[in-house]
Amino acid sequence: MMTDAVMDEKKAPPSPSPRAGENGEGEGVRLTEQQLRARRARSIAIAVALGVLVVLFYIVTLVKGPGVLVRPL
Amino acid sequence: MSVTAARVEPSIAGVGDYLELMKPRVMSLAVFTALVGLLIAPTHLHPVIAFTALICIAVGAGAAGALNMWYDADIDARMERTAARPVPAGRVAPGEALAFGVTLAVGAVVVLGLLVNVIAAALLAVSIGFYVFVYTMWLKRLTPQNIVIGGAAGALPPMIGWAAATGSIAIEPALLFLIIFFWTPPHFWALSLFRSEDYARAGIPMLPVVAGEAATRRQILVYALVLAPLGAAPWFLGYAGAVYGIVAVISGAAIVALAFRLRAEANGHSASKQMFAFSILYLFLLFAMLLVDRVSTVLIGRFAA
Repeated sequence: MMTDAVMDEKKAPPSPSPRAGENGEGEGVRLTEQQLRARRARSIAIAVALGVLVVLFYIVTLVKGPGVLVRPL
Repeated sequence: MSVTAARVEPSIAGVGDYLELMKPRVMSLAVFTALVGLLIAPTHLHPVIAFTALICIAVGAGAAGALNMWYDADIDARMERTAARPVPAGRVAPGEALAFGVTLAVGAVVVLGLLVNVIAAALLAVSIGFYVFVYTMWLKRLTPQNIVIGGAAGALPPMIGWAAATGSIAIEPALLFLIIFFWTPPHFWALSLFRSEDYARAGIPMLPVVAGEAATRRQILVYALVLAPLGAAPWFLGYAGAVYGIVAVISGAAIVALAFRLRAEANGHSASKQMFAFSILYLFLLFAMLLVDRVSTVLIGRFAA
């Protein structure tokens, strides 16, 4: 019915973003080019930061040797 | 009770926005003063450990900056100077800034405690906590003494650097703490003199907004008169050499002269802008000279041996 269609439209979330699945179809949030680029840059930055942290712990362990567990107050 | 999850738009924040959240200029000052505290300490710290300490201090300072921007997004939006910051400009969501700041703060303190020492980590935690809870959340919107008391957070990095090197606290870093502590009010009040409309619009009770320009100029002079001899104190207490002493005395006289000029200025803000700019140079000079003094002493000692 026409009225039902209008009611359904009113119940729908306001200005929904395009939704897509893994293949770009179906359910899910479809990111814009800008959002994809930003997410990729953030992911790389997080990976680099974690990598630096791992390398830092490794080098400090080499530098301190067994003393790495000694933490004077 | 039905709970409707609010739809959150996917973030468009870039890496640069997150770096901006860390207030890189404030961070660089913290790192520089911490480096000086670390290098003038009478112990040798392995370069890797020293580098680790500085990274943690930098990240800790950045975390405090991010949490400040998260909490102050409402007033930042009303100020011309800060309206383009990532949170008020809508590039970073408040929740993202909060999560980023908390993650960095916890990470910096834990890594400093694990890889360097617990005293330095505790001081870093105090510095971040003081800046976020005492300055940002409590004093900033409450009293014109906000930056006087809150300045303690920004004054701690040399102590953290010293503590990273020695595992303790001593008179020398306490002196550096006092120099930055008494430097902060003239520096920020000079800025607030020519930004007073901005602060008034945001409802921040900075001294020129609450007490007027004349009172602020008088207070700047008082703090400059305390700061100048304090800046020379490392020399006459024997912690620094003659080169530092000469630079500290001359630049101290200059900052007092500028404060007198600022006090006498009836209209306009050229003296306050000069005071703001020179105060940055003044602090940089003092700490750079401490560094030069320490390095030259070490080099002379090596050549003499």
